[in-house]
Amino acid sequence: MALSSDTLFLLGVAVVKVVVVLLVLLTAIAYIVWLERKLVAHIQSRWGPYRVGPYGLMQPMADGLKFLFKEDIVPLEVDRFVYWLAPFLSFTLAMLTFAVIPFGGSFKLFGHEIYLQIADLNVGLLYIFAVTSLGVYSIALAGWSSNSKYPLFGGLRSSAQMISYELSLGLAVVGTLMISGSLSLRDIVNSQTGTWHLAGTNTFLPHWNIFVQPVGFIVYFIAAIAETNRIPFDLPEGETELVGGYHTEYSSFKFAMFFMAEYANMVTVSCIATLLFFGGWHGPVFGPAWLHVLLPVFWFALKVFCFLFFYIWTRGTLPRFRYDQLMAFGWKFLLPVALLNILATSFVVAWIGT
Amino acid sequence: MPEATYLDANELVINMGPQHPATHGVLRVKLRLDGERVLGTECIIGYLHRGVEKIAENRTYVQFAPYVDRMDYVAAVTNGMGYCEAVEKLMGVELPPRAQYTRMILAELQRIASHLLWLGTHALDIGAMTPVFYTFREREEILKIFENYCGARLTTHAFRIGGLQYDLYDGFEKDATKFCDYLLPKIDEYEELLSTNRIWMNRTKKVGVLSGKDAIALGVTGPVLRGSGVKWDIRKVQPYEAYDKVEFEIPTGQNGDTYDRYIVRIQEMRQSVRIIRQSVERLAPGPIFGKVGKVIKPPAAEVYHSIEAPKGELGYFVVSDGSTHPYRVRVRPPSFVNLEALDIMSRGHLVADIVAIIGTLDIVLGEVDR
Amino acid sequence: MVPVFYIFAALTIIAALSVILQRTPVYSALSLIVVLCSLAVLYVSLGAKFLAVIQVIVYAGAIMVLFVLVIMLLNAGRERHTEGSRLARWLGVPLLAAFLVEILSVIWNGLSSGAVAPPAPDAGPAAVGALLFRHYVLPFEVTSILILVAILGAVVLAKKQL
Repeated sequence: MALSSDTLFLLGVAVVKVVVVLLVLLTAIAYIVWLERKLVAHIQSRWGPYRVGPYGLMQPMADGLKFLFKEDIVPLEVDRFVYWLAPFLSFTLAMLTFAVIPFGGSFKLFGHEIYLQIADLNVGLLYIFAVTSLGVYSIALAGWSSNSKYPLFGGLRSSAQMISYELSLGLAVVGTLMISGSLSLRDIVNSQTGTWHLAGTNTFLPHWNIFVQPVGFIVYFIAAIAETNRIPFDLPEGETELVGGYHTEYSSFKFAMFFMAEYANMVTVSCIATLLFFGGWHGPVFGPAWLHVLLPVFWFALKVFCFLFFYIWTRGTLPRFRYDQLMAFGWKFLLPVALLNILATSFVVAWIGT
Repeated sequence: MPEATYLDANELVINMGPQHPATHGVLRVKLRLDGERVLGTECIIGYLHRGVEKIAENRTYVQFAPYVDRMDYVAAVTNGMGYCEAVEKLMGVELPPRAQYTRMILAELQRIASHLLWLGTHALDIGAMTPVFYTFREREEILKIFENYCGARLTTHAFRIGGLQYDLYDGFEKDATKFCDYLLPKIDEYEELLSTNRIWMNRTKKVGVLSGKDAIALGVTGPVLRGSGVKWDIRKVQPYEAYDKVEFEIPTGQNGDTYDRYIVRIQEMRQSVRIIRQSVERLAPGPIFGKVGKVIKPPAAEVYHSIEAPKGELGYFVVSDGSTHPYRVRVRPPSFVNLEALDIMSRGHLVADIVAIIGTLDIVLGEVDR
Repeated sequence: MVPVFYIFAALTIIAALSVILQRTPVYSALSLIVVLCSLAVLYVSLGAKFLAVIQVIVYAGAIMVLFVLVIMLLNAGRERHTEGSRLARWLGVPLLAAFLVEILSVIWNGLSSGAVAPPAPDAGPAAVGALLFRHYVLPFEVTSILILVAILGAVVLAKKQL
């Protein structure tokens, strides 16, 4: 099969995109950990990491090295294959979601339109949900294969929790889908261009979905926190109850993979929140051509950062839910609210449509 | 005897501790579970047993005093105070007022320190990370006062039988009042973080309910008893030192749940501040030692003396045979007795509530095991 | 797309065999997940991306999670080989043969006529939705009632004292 130079060029671009996204993402994850430690420390009137490099900026490297060189302890009675599979699954799935997330607009290179996105899937959003829904396995299997009671509890809890909150998570975004009429993340962002016009006057409010879907956003964000197992929904690993939850028996780099996956998932849900409700990479753009390409990426990163900041802030403030309260909250409050939101949105969309 | 569970599933026995982040030391609790619901608990203690009571028989009265600091090591001052008072009662020694008020100030500071530590760890158990750092920050100020007074921060050995080892340092009064002014707004801050927090209320209200009747039957004392609505405080009912000369209230709860015990302890810190303020005002120059000889040699008799330690009634039963060594010392530790209530409080609750209940009992394993 | 098809078709068959042959229930469940996911890839190769993603979300992401959950809850150990019932031998072998013949004949006919399923032009959510809610609306609703009844039954069976 002969490849034309065009195909080769596009293939090269795709490879470059994958490598760049992976590198940026892994660095970002490392520094989110640093950010979390630093922010939570300041919330708690501590200094946080400050010994490794200026402001402790080299701390992520030190942590990574430490994880690498720690002894990998495998308990005797574990199911070896599954025990090994779970962290890899967890990390791989967390990374896979970034394949469809658009980081910015597009630019022209040698006559080709190049989009700042690895793959523009026309069912991009569903793809992300599909991949994250598989993420439950890594936790459930980790809990099961450890052959220990606390991890099993953690695994069971998180399976139940993630199934329950996935529903609310999925239903919360249906409203925005109905408004934009597409499942492609790029189309959804493009539908949020410009500003809101109310009765013919320009309100100068950006045309973001958050202004028409506030309920959807709130449900989405709460469910997202639960989906990523963060405080106040961090029951699967609630360390004061279940020691470490599903990763109690993991050590060394296998543990690091769970750890990185958790932070990668945080980034994913923050990205989706930005794309669906906050206009993605849209923001004031000015200056020369190269700035037209880079500024959107900056706006996107800034919005994602705000969400991550909120995540960390929550962690410094709130206690943890109890298992039954968590379930009651998910099924009896979030789910009905999400459903009502869909109902209301569909009526409005139908009414405007006619 | 295993109780029937639904779908005839086996009940799960899970071992919490002795290495577990939420058992406050080396407590081991065997939980019998149906799913996440607790059918019963069994406490296994003794991992920190050092034979303190036996050691007492081989030490003189003076030599034994530092050992009691190691029982409830987060409230060493009150431990030492109870022991010294027991021996003083045995010998019939009256303390001069300066020594009495100094003891009260330090003991109340210790009560605040102990409650602060409890609040931080209890909140941490329930998942709130931040309060523990705040409370440690405030506790640090108390430890600084202790350090200035006697050189030690944790196991202070602050008092001697018959009075105080050291007179107060210059500026102690200022430090104590400054701390009181500093602490009150901080307590409001904790309450802001937790008291009206919906998650906190969900996690603590109606959890670990202990009725006043059960509490009395189990011999539970301290904030756990008062949280169940029983107005019982040794400082009021059998005043020691000069507690009958200061004004303070006994905060009580109504429902006997974890939230009420939390409120009781928060209020107790405020009352302690009141006591400290009044005691500081009454500190007058004077002797710091009662009439005791160089050698402590109580007459052959036996005595039971109890004080209100931060965790409840701390009692010392001392038997003397007329020599310099006690014949027998028996400690009634509040943590040990309060721990008895764990089973009755935790039945029917979830695993997550167990850590809340262990936290609300405020046990220190050094005291449970001795 | 042809090599993709062969790779994942082979994977599907191997994983499907593994579902039956594995002794540990969790491994069987995992193999079933692999089957479902590689089927999704086959859908993609036919151009039905939406269907593929839905397949993963619904089957692999939701239903199989419950399977795994139940297996974990019951703490099922390794299966033991039984001697095999006589029914299996007398009824199973002829049935297996019949199925094999049927499948082979279908494949043979398909290969000889050269009619491979044409790639779906647009199997997006709109098309699928229109098909479900217009053409197949009665079976769809009947199925949902059936599932509702099944849920009620499960609740009644599990909770003896409601």
